[in-house]
Amino acid sequence: MVTGILLQIVQTLIAILLAPLLMGWVNQCRAWLQGRTAPPLTQPYRTLRKLFHKDAVIAGNASPLFRFAPYVIFSCMVLAAGLVPTIANDLPFSPAADVIALVGILALARVFLALAAMDIGTSFGTLGARREMLVSFLAEPALLMVFFTASLISQSTELPHIVETLAQKEFAIYPSLAFAAVAFWMISVAENARIPVDNPTTHLELTMIHEAMVLEYSARHLALIEWAVALKLFTYSVLGIALFLPWGIAPRGDVAALPLALAAMVAKLAAGGAALSFMETISAKVRLFRAPEFLGTAFLLAVLGMLTHFLLEV
Amino acid sequence: MSVLADLDAHILDLAWAGVLYWLALGFSALLLQRWRGALVHLVFPLSALGGLFIAAVGVAGLVLPASAMVLPIGLPDLPFHLRLDALSAFFLVLLGSAAFGITVYAAGYFHSMKAGPLALVGLWYHLFLAGMATVMLADDAYAFMVAWEVMALSSYFLVTTDHDVPEIRRAGFLYLLVAHVGAVSLLLTFGVLQGGHGAYTFDYMRHSEITPFWASAAYLLALFGFGAKAGLVPLHVWLPEAHPAAPSPVSALMSGVMLKTAVYGLLRVTFDLLDLRIGWWGTLTLALGLVTALYGVIFAAVQSDMKRLLAWSSIENIGILIAAFGLTLIFYTEGKGALAALSLTAMLYHAINHAFFKSLLFIGTGSVLHATGERRMGRLGGLIRFMPWTAWLTLIGALAIAGLPPLNGFVSEWLLLQAFLLTPGLTQPYLNMVIPVAAASVALAAALAAYVMVKYFGVIFLGRPRDPALEHAREANWPERLGMLWLAAGCVALGLFPAQVIAWIAPVVRQLTGQALANDGNWLLLAPLAAERASYAPLIFLAVVLVVLLFTFIWVRRVYHGRVRHADPWDCGYPEQNARTQDSAEGFGQPIRHIFVSFMRVERETPDPFDRHPHYRGDSRDKLWLLLYKPIADLVGWLSAQAGRLQHGRIQWYLTYSFVTLIVLLVFVSR
Repeated sequence: MVTGILLQIVQTLIAILLAPLLMGWVNQCRAWLQGRTAPPLTQPYRTLRKLFHKDAVIAGNASPLFRFAPYVIFSCMVLAAGLVPTIANDLPFSPAADVIALVGILALARVFLALAAMDIGTSFGTLGARREMLVSFLAEPALLMVFFTASLISQSTELPHIVETLAQKEFAIYPSLAFAAVAFWMISVAENARIPVDNPTTHLELTMIHEAMVLEYSARHLALIEWAVALKLFTYSVLGIALFLPWGIAPRGDVAALPLALAAMVAKLAAGGAALSFMETISAKVRLFRAPEFLGTAFLLAVLGMLTHFLLEV
Repeated sequence: MSVLADLDAHILDLAWAGVLYWLALGFSALLLQRWRGALVHLVFPLSALGGLFIAAVGVAGLVLPASAMVLPIGLPDLPFHLRLDALSAFFLVLLGSAAFGITVYAAGYFHSMKAGPLALVGLWYHLFLAGMATVMLADDAYAFMVAWEVMALSSYFLVTTDHDVPEIRRAGFLYLLVAHVGAVSLLLTFGVLQGGHGAYTFDYMRHSEITPFWASAAYLLALFGFGAKAGLVPLHVWLPEAHPAAPSPVSALMSGVMLKTAVYGLLRVTFDLLDLRIGWWGTLTLALGLVTALYGVIFAAVQSDMKRLLAWSSIENIGILIAAFGLTLIFYTEGKGALAALSLTAMLYHAINHAFFKSLLFIGTGSVLHATGERRMGRLGGLIRFMPWTAWLTLIGALAIAGLPPLNGFVSEWLLLQAFLLTPGLTQPYLNMVIPVAAASVALAAALAAYVMVKYFGVIFLGRPRDPALEHAREANWPERLGMLWLAAGCVALGLFPAQVIAWIAPVVRQLTGQALANDGNWLLLAPLAAERASYAPLIFLAVVLVVLLFTFIWVRRVYHGRVRHADPWDCGYPEQNARTQDSAEGFGQPIRHIFVSFMRVERETPDPFDRHPHYRGDSRDKLWLLLYKPIADLVGWLSAQAGRLQHGRIQWYLTYSFVTLIVLLVFVSR
């Protein structure tokens, strides 16, 4: 139990501390692929440090909700990150929130971000909030369907149990998981405001989704949101690993396997980040109203995955 | 122990005393019509206490065995039969606890109303409450229909409180019409259930046997009749008209509680009065419920009137309730008792959740309406600065209805999704196809509900005021705040203590499905089937979020600083910024309209570029009205015009009609 709690805390801390590094890695890979000089790997940490030191400039008519929201968003993301097994399958906190609750936490953070974006009453803020909710209303049920496929296979909605079934029981090939994996990739791209749905480096106001929502934030509030964004990318990445490439995560009570698990995780994350930047480099951002089609496809694939499970695997 | 035994014998007397108390308050309101102070400060607060009393009786009724009594009123050979079992008791708790908050609020809301109309509102309001309570207690068809009609008529008069507005009269008429079409269908249901023996007590129906054909007929009639009251698509058209027309506390009662009487009736007829249940009923009901849920939430997203938006959102929630009901039927007929218990628990949980958060949102709109006199969301905005109590309490309701943890909407959604996940192994192969699609639809409806609530809260309470007059909006008064606080507290409590709530619902579930949901977890942990399959602990969840939040806050302040400078909004440096550059309600719903345009009839008036005073209007209407209701109305109009040809206004003709009729009848008699 004590090692369980320790592992829970260590895994959460790893997520919090490594998340900006993953962001930096993705940015670096993308810069290389695009033939630019890459920023250093630690650039996100420097940005965060700079932002925390600055004075916060806040619109005069901001309500308490505006100042309160970054803390809520950050806490939700920490919680979400703490629910996903990264190096070990010992997570004593996981019974408190299963995958459905994980989707709920992500939704809670998103709703707070959208509300905070509407609080100042600027045209771009409300535009961003509306678009974010548009993207999420298809992405969220699709994500749930992906989780459902995985939990139908493992007969549980608890992430450690899912990982245990998929990685540590006898090896089997599940066609439904292939559909789910493609759907999950598409959802993660959309939810993390990446090309082709959104562009994290955009400076064109009319095409922004996520950036439009955080325009009014500065200094420590912006830092918390940026950190939360990095955590979100990290959480989705480790989720993908846990669901589709779970081999290497240390089983319950196996402390000796931890160093290897850590190395495996770093390797998988590095490969995943490189793949993400590669996909971003070869695709173009789609028009906003093509985004529902993109996500509709993801939703359909996820439902197909579930149907496949009922057809072939029961 | 003796007290309990005593309570056992008198629990139904107490429930009936509560009903009589409300009736007495209603008629005393009529007598007190000259004393406005007494109406506001005495009748409504006393009636709120009645709500608490009814809720307490319900809580006791849940654990006590069923009791019945016969009242010496009603027809000579059919006196009123009353019965209090776990199912009735659960809905009494729902009624009483929601009515308490709403009535406390009403004491503040009706503060500025004139004494005459207020006395009438007082009468109808209490008749409405008493009628709903009697519906839940009735144990024969006659008493049930009388109470059902009292409920329908009193709510009609409440809807038409502002009857000098033609639109409100029209809305009231539509409501009355649909309510009565539904009531006729219910009458036929009971007609089928009595099986030609003329015995109209529920006790008889419970023990009589009925052929599958007539059982299906009774079920379909009941689904139609109760569906009309609940707002099941395509019988939902009255809801978006009647809810905005009524005063806010009445909208809250209608949406939060009255729609649940239909759910109660459906449960009573299907799982109690009918002695057999057939598989396809469940599939049909599940499909109808899902269509209703999606239809409701899509239309909620494009509304620009705040009460109309909430009315559509009620249709969505009713859809989810009915879908859960259909799922329960499927499991039950498949012989999966534990799963039926799980989905029934999800349904009942969602019913009480909806009573709390929808009532809270409706009375929140009432305070906004009082403070601003405006129902169109496009004229509101920024109210969180002027009405912080209303705004923050409404936020709790909005987050709850959007199904976000750790509030109550999430718990029922979680339970329902768990029920979908545990379906493998149903005997009908086609059900295994239906279930994933159904689960996806529920998830889609829940995600769209979040869109709707961001729109609702964001446009009304956040941003800049779209009208300068809004800066003088006054905060809700104290009774209003207390009413909202009660309902918001209910949302939080139902969200944080699911294990307790489920244990408390268990008697109802056991009564209807013969099996109760055993919580595999402890008092903290909700684990409906087995802890390793799925569990959820909202208290731990909330505690962790709060600890992380506090720690982050202190860490940021300690390590760095808390300095703040205030400035104008930046907005990418665009100079011309005013309240009109924000999204309007139509604008926020535009993507949804764009995607789901095939369900709607969209009317738009867009200004041309050279217009000096540009005017924009967008209106998205229900296509079903045109496709279904308009043809029926036209047909009825045409038939009555044809019948009108017979009428000439000349006495000779009418005498001839009577003569011919007599001759025809004589032919029949002489045979």
